Amino acid sequence: MKTVENAAVVSMLNLTDDVRDMTIHCPVIASEAKAGQFVELYPDNGVNLLARPISICAIDAENGNIRLVFRIVGKGTEIFSRLSAGDKIRVLGPCGNGFSPGEGRAVLVGGGIGVPPLLETCRQLKGEKTVVLGFRDKSDVILCDEFEALGAKVYIATDNGSLGFKGNVVELMKSENITGDMIYSCGPKIMLKFLSDYAKERGIACLVSLEERMACGIGACVGCVVKIKDGDGWTHKKVCKDGPVFDGREVIW
Amino acid sequence: MNTEVNICGVTLKNPVMTASGTFGSGREYSEFIDLNRLGAVVVKGVADKPWQGNPAPRIAEVYGGMLNSVGLQNPGADWFIENDIPFLRQFDTKIIVNVCGHSVDEYVNVVKKLRGADVDMLELNISCPNVSEGGMAFGTDPVMVEKVVSAVKREADKPLIVKLSPNVTDITLTAKAAKEGGADALSLINTLTGMKIDIYRRQPVLSRKIGGMSGPAVKPIALRMVYEVCRAVDLPVIGMGGISNAEDALEFIMAGAVGVSIGTANFVNPSATVDTIDGIEEYMRKYNVEDINDIRGIIE
Repeated sequence: MKTVENAAVVSMLNLTDDVRDMTIHCPVIASEAKAGQFVELYPDNGVNLLARPISICAIDAENGNIRLVFRIVGKGTEIFSRLSAGDKIRVLGPCGNGFSPGEGRAVLVGGGIGVPPLLETCRQLKGEKTVVLGFRDKSDVILCDEFEALGAKVYIATDNGSLGFKGNVVELMKSENITGDMIYSCGPKIMLKFLSDYAKERGIACLVSLEERMACGIGACVGCVVKIKDGDGWTHKKVCKDGPVFDGREVIW
Repeated sequence: MNTEVNICGVTLKNPVMTASGTFGSGREYSEFIDLNRLGAVVVKGVADKPWQGNPAPRIAEVYGGMLNSVGLQNPGADWFIENDIPFLRQFDTKIIVNVCGHSVDEYVNVVKKLRGADVDMLELNISCPNVSEGGMAFGTDPVMVEKVVSAVKREADKPLIVKLSPNVTDITLTAKAAKEGGADALSLINTLTGMKIDIYRRQPVLSRKIGGMSGPAVKPIALRMVYEVCRAVDLPVIGMGGISNAEDALEFIMAGAVGVSIGTANFVNPSATVDTIDGIEEYMRKYNVEDINDIRGIIE
């Protein structure tokens, strides 16, 4: 069940130059939220009308809080970045299907601001966990130590080689021959496409969390579609309601 | 205090309904609001066969509004009749089916399929700017408007609302043509064509380049057109275009609209419809309006 809450900001931290770590108090949403779901944050400035979809990085149902790690990419996220503890923000959620973390050897693959939703997923996974994170530069690296604290083996790739493997996450996985039973991933579409190919070649199941421009976040506006295989053809599925998590083999990239 | 309004013999408990394409068939919003409160649900456009719509990106935010180029993605009339009518009939609200097509025959096919269906009214969508055939291509030419309206009217067994495009020089001409064709009521406005360019990627934001603009920024234009049409054509008018709250809705009613639809505001506030109904009732109590119909069209 989704709801709209007027959430209080509990804390606001800077993780990098343009990535913020915001915890908000929204007990109803926190009690319903699952790993890999997202919330819709409203700028509420009278000009930027549409809510911004932000993935849930961590859920603290006991205290009624959710943690949102987001990059400042436009007007909406810039407005959110100026909030501080005690401020209020209107939030709708939880939205989407989420990851449903299962058994077996898990490989979590994140690129840039696609990394945050994997943290709650990682926390809920019971078995062996391998985490592969890709960033542009070492100054963009986020949440790495938190994955390690959850007992995961963490690999880092940076585009310029300033930290860890030089290259992208898929190249890193090839070079380290990383495998498992299920891949949970979120990141740029091009990364997810090559990751799905990698998974397919090696017979690994691969879940991808997608993003798209959306207006309502609940499935009514039909704005945020992605092409998904349907028999011999394809159909438009909604990222906000049918996703954001899809089977990588089903997505037409 | 009376909030009931009558449109072509159909009584709505209040004048507030949903604008087609912003509310699905109500399922998603039923998590947030009580659909029993609504005067009517105007469902998302229904075609005779499933439509996939346009490629993403389909949404762009603009100052005080948004652009969309969804292109009437819908699962088709058979699916709608089997799934959405029974869902909506659980609620005490009227059902208005928005009908879309690429050709006169396609519009007529939908209306034929809907004959005998348990719905209250039909809304003919000849004003969607996001399809290359049908839609706005029909709705901007008075000759074509009259032709498609009369073809559909012949097959319709429910009152027929015709939804007009604002992308014309004089909207009263298409309004009059719709009346000549046999329209029982008019609804306006559909979206205004608009565009947004991403200067960093040097590309239009929408994959279809041009989309339909909606939201509070278009309200003065919509209100002006509703006012003009109400004065020019003797048919019930359902007003929409940027209505976000009771104040906005009351402006349209005073301009002459018998009903009002909430569209983009649903995306901004999922309870915009019921908040608007509450606000209208509050206004009526505060300013001693006994009957909502008493203030309709009071602007000369």
